[in-house]
Amino acid sequence: MFPELNNLLNTTPDRAEQGKLTLLCDANTDGSFLVHHFLSFYLKANCKVCFVALIQSFSHYNIVGQKLGVSLTVARECGQLVFLEGLKSSVDVFFRAQAEPHPLQFLREANAENLQPLYEFVREALKPVDDGDAAWRCPVLLVDDLSVLLSLGMGAVAVLDFIHYCRATVCWERKGNIVALVHDSGDTEEEENNILLNGLSHQSHLILRAEGLATGFCRDVHGQLRILWRTPSQPTTQRDRSLTYQYKIQDKSVSFFAKGMSPAVL
Amino acid sequence: MPPHAQPRVPQPSNGKSRRQDSVPKPKQRPDTFRKPVSTADTGSHHHQRPPRLTVRICLRKSGEQVHILGCEVSEEEFRAGFDSSINSRLVYYDFFRDPLNWAQTGEALPGGPLGALQAMCERTDPGPVTVALDSLSWLLLRLPCAALCQALCAMSRQHACRGGGPAAEQLCVLGLLHRELHGPGPMGALSSLAQTEVTLSGTAGQASAHILCRRPRQRPTLETLWFSVLPDLSLDLQGGPPLESQPHPDPHTPQVDPASHLTFNLHLSKREREAKDSLTLPFQFSSEKQQALLRPGPGPATSRIFYEPDVFDDLDPEDPDGDLDV
Repeated sequence: MFPELNNLLNTTPDRAEQGKLTLLCDANTDGSFLVHHFLSFYLKANCKVCFVALIQSFSHYNIVGQKLGVSLTVARECGQLVFLEGLKSSVDVFFRAQAEPHPLQFLREANAENLQPLYEFVREALKPVDDGDAAWRCPVLLVDDLSVLLSLGMGAVAVLDFIHYCRATVCWERKGNIVALVHDSGDTEEEENNILLNGLSHQSHLILRAEGLATGFCRDVHGQLRILWRTPSQPTTQRDRSLTYQYKIQDKSVSFFAKGMSPAVL
Repeated sequence: MPPHAQPRVPQPSNGKSRRQDSVPKPKQRPDTFRKPVSTADTGSHHHQRPPRLTVRICLRKSGEQVHILGCEVSEEEFRAGFDSSINSRLVYYDFFRDPLNWAQTGEALPGGPLGALQAMCERTDPGPVTVALDSLSWLLLRLPCAALCQALCAMSRQHACRGGGPAAEQLCVLGLLHRELHGPGPMGALSSLAQTEVTLSGTAGQASAHILCRRPRQRPTLETLWFSVLPDLSLDLQGGPPLESQPHPDPHTPQVDPASHLTFNLHLSKREREAKDSLTLPFQFSSEKQQALLRPGPGPATSRIFYEPDVFDDLDPEDPDGDLDV
């Protein structure tokens, strides 16, 4: 996790909020550093994490996680992390008997209407353990990313339904959190992606939007991060607060600074 | 406050309110309820306004029984912020927990979203009632537009039949729409059903509501209200648009004359100006020239050339074209 981002979000692993949906969005840049931040953040917060990783392999996230101070291998072995490696298990779909349910079953079906098998997988993975002491703090679902589900043939409404059910189960029933990444191509013709992005924006409590600089590539400023707090359930003055910072990604951390205040130009 | 409004207006809901006459007029469309279509956002990705909040705001003002079809948030989240007097008047239909019946527990409302709408209508008492749909966008994404419009029409018709009574406008339906999620077709269809449209933009601190009201046999009225949402969900109406958004020209800046500090003179004196104005340009076909051409003067018809040869000129008196037999 990046301590500077924690400061901007005014949160620490000990004081993580519960029952929230955080939407990560990137436009003209790669926002995956936010995924790595939240993965390491919630593992350090002692939460049970279900990571639906459809983009990269386990070893990729593990290597980055080690730079950030968490070991995904250890977390998986002790049961804190349930990792769905999309790249590997998508092949398993085709070599299994058809009757067995698989979270990525929609890849096999010609007219998959919904993502219910994937939701069932998440629900099972984050089922509360029946011990007397709760081993983990709260369940967290992390998805990297949702736009690829559109590319794989699912409709925007199906993905919205999946997140809806995850919200009902993870956020409302089990008081956990959801963090999901959606790409914003900026293309108004991509209707499905825009419906997904706008629909999720209305349901999110916190939106982090990483954008490339309008002026193009810069060696010292990699992009701009917009943070929008939406907390619809709390009618406080903090609602609809928006902040913008620029950032530079380094090897093991990300530094944030106000617009125009990059150390390189001061 | 708009003069046409019901007591609960202003209705800064991101939703649509529908009013319906209890007795349908035969010459008009049978379903005279209309739904205002409201747009939640102006297309920006920073959805800075909680539309649910505005639905709750107008419910707070209502004195009637209020039924809510909750699809987007849980019941706890919806009821949070209301005091017990309002919460006791809210009848909540939970369509959030298991809307598509994936859990197969048997607790879900049967018939899907359309069945839920019908169930709501059947359970409402006769008399004035408000039905709030949170949200209409959720329903519109999952139902065909025509089916949804028909269901909305049927709701008002059923309520009118059950209500009887000459009291007009018994059923008020509020629907919340997020404009950026739908195309112009469905938006237009729902807009045509609506009697009042409230379009919201801005943030909770500085929001504006454009209210378009269409009443039968009256001219449509358009009004704009500026307001902010207070922490207790009440509204603070403001007189005009927020000052920061209007670019004011500075009245104290003197007008600068660009020709004042030059090293050459660009100004004309009065005499020079008169001479300039009275000058006839040589190639301008003025009326004087026209008259001079029409009436040939007493002088020679051809013009005369006066030429003084200098020492270098070689004048040959012979006509160079003399050998031509012309």
